[in-house]
Amino acid sequence: MTGARSPASPDDPQPPGGTAPGDGRAARSRNRAVRWRDRLTALAWMVGVWNLLWGRLSWGNLLGGLLVGLAVLVFFPLPPVTFGGRLRPRALLVLAGRFVTELVSASIHVARVAVQPGYLPRGAIIAVRLRVRTDLNLALTAEAISLVPGTLIIDVDRERGLLYVHVLDVRGPADLPENRDRVLATEARIVRAIGSATELRLLDTPAPDVPAPAAADPDPPTDRGQDQ
Amino acid sequence: MSAGTVADWLGAACLVAGGLLSLAAGIGVLRFPDVLDRMHAATKPQVLGVLLLLAGVALRLRTTSDIGMIVLVAVFQLATAPVAAQMVGRAAYRSGRVDRSLLDVDELAEER
Repeated sequence: MTGARSPASPDDPQPPGGTAPGDGRAARSRNRAVRWRDRLTALAWMVGVWNLLWGRLSWGNLLGGLLVGLAVLVFFPLPPVTFGGRLRPRALLVLAGRFVTELVSASIHVARVAVQPGYLPRGAIIAVRLRVRTDLNLALTAEAISLVPGTLIIDVDRERGLLYVHVLDVRGPADLPENRDRVLATEARIVRAIGSATELRLLDTPAPDVPAPAAADPDPPTDRGQDQ
Repeated sequence: MSAGTVADWLGAACLVAGGLLSLAAGIGVLRFPDVLDRMHAATKPQVLGVLLLLAGVALRLRTTSDIGMIVLVAVFQLATAPVAAQMVGRAAYRSGRVDRSLLDVDELAEER
């Protein structure tokens, strides 16, 4: 493990749809303020977790949590996330509600496949290109789709914003575009809940489909958007 | 019937449902033919099973500090189970331990 990264290391990912890269002192100082806000949020979260782990709130636990949180921030710095800085409560409720119902139906589905005697499910690995390519969105979408029906994340292509998704219990070619749409719908719900205005606009552009070789392409031709 | 009795019965129902789902997840891990299929069983019914067990325990214990701890366990369960499944799935795929005959389409192989 190398030491702390400098705050402006050149390999920091610039969000394609987020704030513009710092092209001026104002933007740079605002970026710095955002980084500090993110660090303080992380610190507050860690202090909260520390107190929950000890089971009660006390001055000693607050101090201990503060020390542990500071140590974590100093010794394990994370790359910056590109959070738009705004939560939409209504969209967040929609996201949570859909997540719970899909988690329940996914669990019942997998449990049924598991106990059905003599049934061998078919699978497939499909590539889904997300419309919002920030790290935060990639990570949240990848987490969420692993818990909703049919899909499980296998690999991520961060530069191109591609998720490789394993689909369980494929019954025919029509299942694949359906699962692709489901991943994109999950992404849309996440962006509507936490994304910035720019990212929201990206949702309205047609999803650029993954160019796949024609021989194995299960998609109907209408499904193919323009590639960038 | 007091509120406590209702909570106890709800908690009992949650415990039984969570136990059954965890059992189904275990059967899935045992019966599915392939790593990737097994990871499906290890994420969805397993996570919901644990969440239901936690809800059952919370309904039975009903103290603030216990519920705080239970919420924390639930949050970390939701956050880590997909990551763990993805790490196992990716490792299996990259080391060629995935049974290709079970896959209808493999767009990851076409990319490489």
